[in-house]
Amino acid sequence: MSKMPFDIHMLNPELKLNTKLFDKNVEQIPIRQGFGEGLLEAGEKDQKIVGLCADLTESTKMNLFAEKFPQRFIEIGVAEQNLAGVASGLAAMGKIPFISSYAMFSPGRNWEQIRTTICYNDRPVKIAGSHAGVSVGPDGGTHQALEDIAITRVLPRMIVISPCDSIEAKKATLASVDTGTPVYIRLAREKTPVMTTEKTPFEIGKAQIFWKSDKPQVGIIATGALLHQALLVAKALEGKIEVEVMNLSTIKPLDEKALVSFAEKVRRIVTVEEHQITGGMGSAVAECLAKHRPVPIEFIGVNDQFGQSGTPEELIEYYGLGTKSIIKAVEKILKR
Amino acid sequence: MALTDDKVKELEEKANKIRISIIDILEDAGSGHVAGPLDMADIFTVLFFHTLRHDPRNSTWPERDRLVLSNGHICPVLYTAMAYADYFPIEELWTLRQFGSRLQGHPHRDFLPMLETSSGPLGAGLSQAVGMALADKMDHGLTSQRRIYALLSDGELESGATWEAAMLAGKEKLNNLVAVVDRNNIQIDGYVEDIMPLEPLSDKWRAWNWHVIEIDGHNMEEISDAFDAAKSVFEKPTVIIAHTIAGKGVKEFERDYRWHSQLVNKNTEQMALKELRTLGGKLDVKDAL
Repeated sequence: MSKMPFDIHMLNPELKLNTKLFDKNVEQIPIRQGFGEGLLEAGEKDQKIVGLCADLTESTKMNLFAEKFPQRFIEIGVAEQNLAGVASGLAAMGKIPFISSYAMFSPGRNWEQIRTTICYNDRPVKIAGSHAGVSVGPDGGTHQALEDIAITRVLPRMIVISPCDSIEAKKATLASVDTGTPVYIRLAREKTPVMTTEKTPFEIGKAQIFWKSDKPQVGIIATGALLHQALLVAKALEGKIEVEVMNLSTIKPLDEKALVSFAEKVRRIVTVEEHQITGGMGSAVAECLAKHRPVPIEFIGVNDQFGQSGTPEELIEYYGLGTKSIIKAVEKILKR
Repeated sequence: MALTDDKVKELEEKANKIRISIIDILEDAGSGHVAGPLDMADIFTVLFFHTLRHDPRNSTWPERDRLVLSNGHICPVLYTAMAYADYFPIEELWTLRQFGSRLQGHPHRDFLPMLETSSGPLGAGLSQAVGMALADKMDHGLTSQRRIYALLSDGELESGATWEAAMLAGKEKLNNLVAVVDRNNIQIDGYVEDIMPLEPLSDKWRAWNWHVIEIDGHNMEEISDAFDAAKSVFEKPTVIIAHTIAGKGVKEFERDYRWHSQLVNKNTEQMALKELRTLGGKLDVKDAL
């Protein structure tokens, strides 16, 4: 790691991030698009990859794979329990199955099948849950998964990844092929800012500091598209409050080493996620730090509520997940 | 291939030995299910000692048939058939349900990797078997010699997940898939037809485009013939509805739903073993098996 100049705060140059990410017209692409492209590329490289979908092939962007490899695509219909079990059977015969639906239905509806036939059975099925978070928007609360991180990270053997943008989602999809384990990849519906580039390194289980500061007063840990809100906060507070921002896209296994050294450096943490506070990424961080390096933590997330219809912006604001709420949490934790 | 009279006799004797071991190990274990394992002993015997293409000495042989036990709670019959087929030493059966045993209360591949699936929660096995059959079709098309056998209870047909899998198997014309339903008409809370009627059961399977064969699940020739007949069915998966007598072989257990999971204690063990060894009193104790 190169030595940081004195008193500097900036985007981490080592990560080759999108330098235009603070621009008003920053490029925006749905995270699910990255999954679709990643699966297509993975399918081109590896004949063992099969795709299964429960009547949401285009919505989950599995259509890219299905059109290129119809003989390796299986339309399951509206039957998410079967989606999980059939994938387990395919994996038992040496295939590497990817299953996709909305996160509310898979891993939501079929959680027990995922537990027993995939995790307990030790089958390397990859689960893409799209339309996670309140930013699904007008479809309303039934379709806004806010519990999926909690129910997947509790499962033995499961890897849980919540990519911050479409490019990271593509890399996560490709990296998930070779883990030999079940993997859950959390995807969002709406177009969201592209923060990384093709050159940004990605490794499952590695947290990354996106915004650096040599004298941070607060650390923000974010996962998913809300990472962009966290970076906007860091930029907005420049010269007033020094913050450092971590992208925690792999929620399980947790990068404990990086978290502990982050906590030692920043000493106060705000976690940011589009998920219930209970059981989510912030909880995972708290479990780790309570044991290894206790520091005060404020949790930005949905507070024991269901979602509703609205524009993504309205809902992010209403549920207290945006820049205003993050700034409040930063100010609050400075007083703790 | 039809069974010879000698083969029928050999299979019947094997099935009886398997029943004796089931009673013996369940009493030792102090818990576990009794009626289902006893009534499926004949079908497991035909599978392991006649029908299955498998190699107990090379359990990962890729070309092997796959046997998916969906209702994992009847695993005493699976373990016993496997032991008698030489997958592992017969003595190991007496570790059933003990801490550290490969023979978990419900089958778990972590402990016994030669199992095709871990199972227990009902209604999940047919989906996995469908996945296996689909993979086989993708790789080998109609030329595949492999058969995927899914063994189901009748009670678990109350689970909607089973029918999700049945629909997909019909749609995909999985003629390499054979499901066997243990139609013993019992489950924990009572008789299946009281708890949740399944009839007309064969019509239900036909409606999802399955080929249906109904058999006496204790007649070795009918069991074997049904498996053979399934091989000549193209364009459809086959379901064999095996009419069985819950607790078969021990009169005191037979047809009584309470023996689904009732404890086998020392007294019932002795009674049951005597009945099985004398073939229900047909043999003198001294001539017993």
